[in-house]
Amino acid sequence: MEKINAIIAEMNTVVSSPKKAVSAFKEETGKEAVGCLPVYCPEEIVHAAGILPVGMWGGQTALSKSHTYFPAFACSILQSAMEFALNGVYDNLAAVIIPAPCDTLKSFGQDWISAAPQVRSIPIVYPQMSRIEEGVEYLKSEFEIVKKAMEEISGETITDEALNNSIAVYNEYRKTMREFVKAAAEHLEIITPAIRHLLIKAAFFMEKGKHTSMMKELISELKAQPKVEYKGKKVVLTGIMAEPDSLLDLFAQNNMAVVADDLAHESRLFRTDVPDGEDGLERLARQWPLMEGCSLIYDPQKKRGQMLIDIVRENRADGVVLCMMKFCDPEEFDYPIFRKELEAAGIPLLYLEIDQQMPSAEQARTRIQSFAEMLDSM
Amino acid sequence: MSEKLTSKQLLGQLTAKHYNDAIVGKQNGELVAWSTSIAPQEFCETMGIHVIYPENHAAAIGAKGGAIPILEHSEANGYSIDLCSYARINLGYMELQDCCFENVPLPDLIICCNNICNTLIKWYENIAKELNIPMIMIDVPYNTEYEVTQPRVNYIKGQFKEAIRQLEEICGRPFDYDRFDEIMKNSSRAAKSWKRAMDYAAYVPSPLNGFNIFNYMALIVCMRGKEESIQLFDLIAEELEELARNGESQFPGGEQYRIMWEGIACWPYLGHNFKTLKKYGVNMVGSTYPGAWTLLYEAGDLNGMARAYAGVMNNTNLARQVELRTSIIKDFKCDGAIYHMNRSCKLMDFMQYQLQREVADRTGVPYVVFDGDQTDPRNFAQAQFETRVQALVEMMERNKINKKSM
Repeated sequence: MEKINAIIAEMNTVVSSPKKAVSAFKEETGKEAVGCLPVYCPEEIVHAAGILPVGMWGGQTALSKSHTYFPAFACSILQSAMEFALNGVYDNLAAVIIPAPCDTLKSFGQDWISAAPQVRSIPIVYPQMSRIEEGVEYLKSEFEIVKKAMEEISGETITDEALNNSIAVYNEYRKTMREFVKAAAEHLEIITPAIRHLLIKAAFFMEKGKHTSMMKELISELKAQPKVEYKGKKVVLTGIMAEPDSLLDLFAQNNMAVVADDLAHESRLFRTDVPDGEDGLERLARQWPLMEGCSLIYDPQKKRGQMLIDIVRENRADGVVLCMMKFCDPEEFDYPIFRKELEAAGIPLLYLEIDQQMPSAEQARTRIQSFAEMLDSM
Repeated sequence: MSEKLTSKQLLGQLTAKHYNDAIVGKQNGELVAWSTSIAPQEFCETMGIHVIYPENHAAAIGAKGGAIPILEHSEANGYSIDLCSYARINLGYMELQDCCFENVPLPDLIICCNNICNTLIKWYENIAKELNIPMIMIDVPYNTEYEVTQPRVNYIKGQFKEAIRQLEEICGRPFDYDRFDEIMKNSSRAAKSWKRAMDYAAYVPSPLNGFNIFNYMALIVCMRGKEESIQLFDLIAEELEELARNGESQFPGGEQYRIMWEGIACWPYLGHNFKTLKKYGVNMVGSTYPGAWTLLYEAGDLNGMARAYAGVMNNTNLARQVELRTSIIKDFKCDGAIYHMNRSCKLMDFMQYQLQREVADRTGVPYVVFDGDQTDPRNFAQAQFETRVQALVEMMERNKINKKSM
């Protein structure tokens, strides 16, 4: 347990002050750090240049300057990110990579140019029709641009070998995280919702190889722990992200544990490996058509509902909690479809609104409480 | 011999015909597609598929005051009130199949091009899933660069190929490339003819009442691959030419001020918005609508066609968007601008503040912003609109006096 607690404490230090973690990395390695906006970014290319990719998923802050770019009905991740940008919080990054999977991120990327001209922005637009070969070729060309930018920042050429090595590091990270999710589900008495989130989130501010080896240690420690049957209810989270922590604490307080997730901020990032191959950029481009079940990836079959049903059954979960990022179009369009499917499958669903600037968790408290009572009565 | 039709009569006839053809066609077992408003219609037109444009349909429902019950139906189905109201109307209509406007038939297939927003992808995915029908997706990646890059063009062309393959499968017959060539020619001619007519707004005073663009556009949306649309646009141009020659205008009461309107119309309040502007002699001569459907390319040139569809205003980077508004204000000699902070359109809204600042910097013309929605009448306040227009008029008036005294 001691080792587990030590790892949790170390990751907590990282997550509580990403800025310090970034500065420490820069000092130790003499290399730069580059920000990655949600949801999908070719982090392997950044990593291959020896640069630290840093997740930029907003955070809790009072919004004031962001209103010069966004009206009130923009998603809170990007409102916060804009506020941070305007306050110079990201000035220690050599650049930021801004993907454009939704209309808000498209706008954010354009607004950044005048909002934070001191930090270079590198746009990337993933294709939605990646099932055709031309989609893969196009994505490769977008990755080329990122690669060139990383080479400019690091001053070094990214070799094929380096890129393939980084892909190996990331595939190992993904595999480890999938193992962690499974191991955590066996030890819900230790891995509370907040701890689970913390351990996954730490990877946004750490070199992935380092994070992976710490997670491996943690997993083997977890597996050595005596089996304890979890007495509470098990839920699966779906949505963009489950923050702030006060929200996650409410689950624990109501005897609920997160047994699996389908969050963009968590499992969606590590459920698909990069396939084998020779050319690093092509391998990365070929990962994209393999990804599914995410509101930001084109899917006319809308497989997400069935995927959620499968996750619930595999994990013997009691219900699904939708962490609905307020004002997120892609998620809001998915919801009516999978709501029907979950209902037909007899799976309880809690709709929880997420706002990073949530002034108090009171409303969520009541909803989580009544959901817990509902599950108890079933 | 019957008398020659006016453009208004012809527009009415063609719109009715457009919807009726689809309704009758469906009854006769012909294919009906639903399409996003600036999707490459050339493919379906080539295959003789009837195409209905849900955005246009939703706008008409909104304008006719029938939005609320359909919006409420969608909301009861779980669609957030924060989502695009066109989508909410269309997804609600899909179930109800009853509205105050034409009861259009359900589609056998859908075609989606995200050159105006990515919201469309999600909306159309849901149609495909709910109706279990094939979806043709033309994904045009957002242009972060000023120009449409060659890798983007290649990717889009690849999707044209895929769309043709899907259509051949759906229709059970080969794609008619000769007919395609002809449709491409028609579409380009329609685009040019549309632009020529709308450009009459550049005259001072303008013979065109800008709010009529909101009526005319039904045809450039719904029938831009058809010969008849060219007739209509040419007729409009002819009428405007005559008005201009006689120093007359469609705009009643005399044009005192000329403005650019940014964004989609507020369909449920079109009459109110127009009356408010007319009261002060404000004519909306500048709009991004004319340009949005001016899709120009040479027949047979798939590279050009890909560039045209990918280069649609909403899909361009902010620098280019600023340039577009700046030139509209200059070319159409606008004295001011009204920005619609449209609760339905995140893509237009979330760049709009910076767009306003940059356009004002470059043009020096005053502007106001009002909160509204394209078809959800609950998101608009008449009083706010009136106050903002009044403020704009005061600023424009001051500018006029200053100019005279200089």
